[in-house]
Amino acid sequence: MTDGGHFVTLAGVSKSFGDNVVLHGIDLSVDLHQVVCLIGASGSGKSTLLRCINRLEAVDAGTIVIDGQTITNGAVDVNSLRRKIGIVFQAFNLFPHMTVLQNITLAPRKARGLTKAEAEGTARELLARIGLQDKASEFPDRLSGGQQQRVAIVRALAMEPKLMLLDEITSALDPQLVSEVLNLVRELAQTGMTMILATHEMSFANEVADKVCFLDAGVICEEGPPAQIFTAPKEQRTREFLSRIIESGRL
Amino acid sequence: MGKFLHVFFSPLGLRRAVPQVWDGFQTNIKLMVIAEVLVLAFALLIAVVRGLPGRSAFPLRALAIVYTDFFRGTPLILVAYVSALGLPSLVIAVVSHQSLFVYGVMSLTLVYTAYVTEVYRAGIESVHPSQRMAARSLGLNYAQTLRYVILPQAIRRVVPPLLNDFIGLQKDTAIITVIGVTEALAQAGFYSNDFFSYAGYMVAAIFFVLLTIPFARFTDNLIKQRERRERAQLA
Repeated sequence: MTDGGHFVTLAGVSKSFGDNVVLHGIDLSVDLHQVVCLIGASGSGKSTLLRCINRLEAVDAGTIVIDGQTITNGAVDVNSLRRKIGIVFQAFNLFPHMTVLQNITLAPRKARGLTKAEAEGTARELLARIGLQDKASEFPDRLSGGQQQRVAIVRALAMEPKLMLLDEITSALDPQLVSEVLNLVRELAQTGMTMILATHEMSFANEVADKVCFLDAGVICEEGPPAQIFTAPKEQRTREFLSRIIESGRL
Repeated sequence: MGKFLHVFFSPLGLRRAVPQVWDGFQTNIKLMVIAEVLVLAFALLIAVVRGLPGRSAFPLRALAIVYTDFFRGTPLILVAYVSALGLPSLVIAVVSHQSLFVYGVMSLTLVYTAYVTEVYRAGIESVHPSQRMAARSLGLNYAQTLRYVILPQAIRRVVPPLLNDFIGLQKDTAIITVIGVTEALAQAGFYSNDFFSYAGYMVAAIFFVLLTIPFARFTDNLIKQRERRERAQLA
């Protein structure tokens, strides 16, 4: 094993869509129980990077090793890989034709082979944890955006993932709904969940991250502990990005 | 006017025609029900085949495309002639030894499956790619994603156009008369020959209308309901 004990290791990961180079030689390592925040402007490659990690996108070059398993060669079983990795999207992507409970239990039942009773038991526990136990039989469109996103997080957690990928999960929410979602993520961080987040919430990144990576034009321009990145960035481009963020009042 | 009413709507003519035409109309209903069930199943299968990913599925996809293109472009009456007259002349086991009714069901199924495949396909394509992505990222495989996430949403959306196609199918059961199946139109023809009255055709028309109107209203209501729900969601 060449991952040197890291839980996730990316080495030289590149990805293009046509002529558009989205990721250009990304190196990144994440340890177990670590929270890594990806920051950077829209289009800097944060989402694509997350999607490469659970093989929603195939990389063009480079390797990704997760939990000792190289996932970037053709032989990997993407379905069993994805069962270990939860991902939550900006747009929630709940299944609109299913109730909250069905949304949460579908994958545990069909992909992990749990019985309906087992899956529903876990789902109800998770819902109780986020205070939505009485919404179990509602359809997603009856829930607020913040509630929907928390259900989406719980849906991913129901698969008992070893790694969670959060892709700008508060960007589609009304400002007053952001905190309920971030509180849940904070809790996850405290329980030791390994997470990679793409986010525009700089103060949240500052608070929960063990490591912050600034992506610019498909390259990790700078990485380091949040205290260093947010207060004493070394790179000119990081400083420019952060000063724009500060101007817009988000830090 | 008096002559017109006499020829088409003489009360005695209508009354006498009802039992005879009804006798044939039951065959239309059977044709319709059997063909619709087969169409629903086959069309779903072909729509799914058309959407299969990957290079290895290319021959299947191509076959599905050729099938839908061919049968959407071919008149039902032609398909009916070819199956009812052509297939028996081949003298092969099973295919050549069916009743006219079976050839009728077959023709309707062949043609309408091609239409309905397109309806299903439109439905499948209308489900946002992010739904597929969400399902796959939870570890569901391709088939599970299709079965539990994509198709339920797709089918719900295409119920109104499906019902519309079935109204077409109901009426087209009359075409099967040309291969000699004694359905409502055939019985109406016999009746007019026997009694020199067109009342039989009028009775057949009334039967068809009575069958399609509830169907059409039901479809209209469904569409309206859906629009209302979608507007409520936006609000």
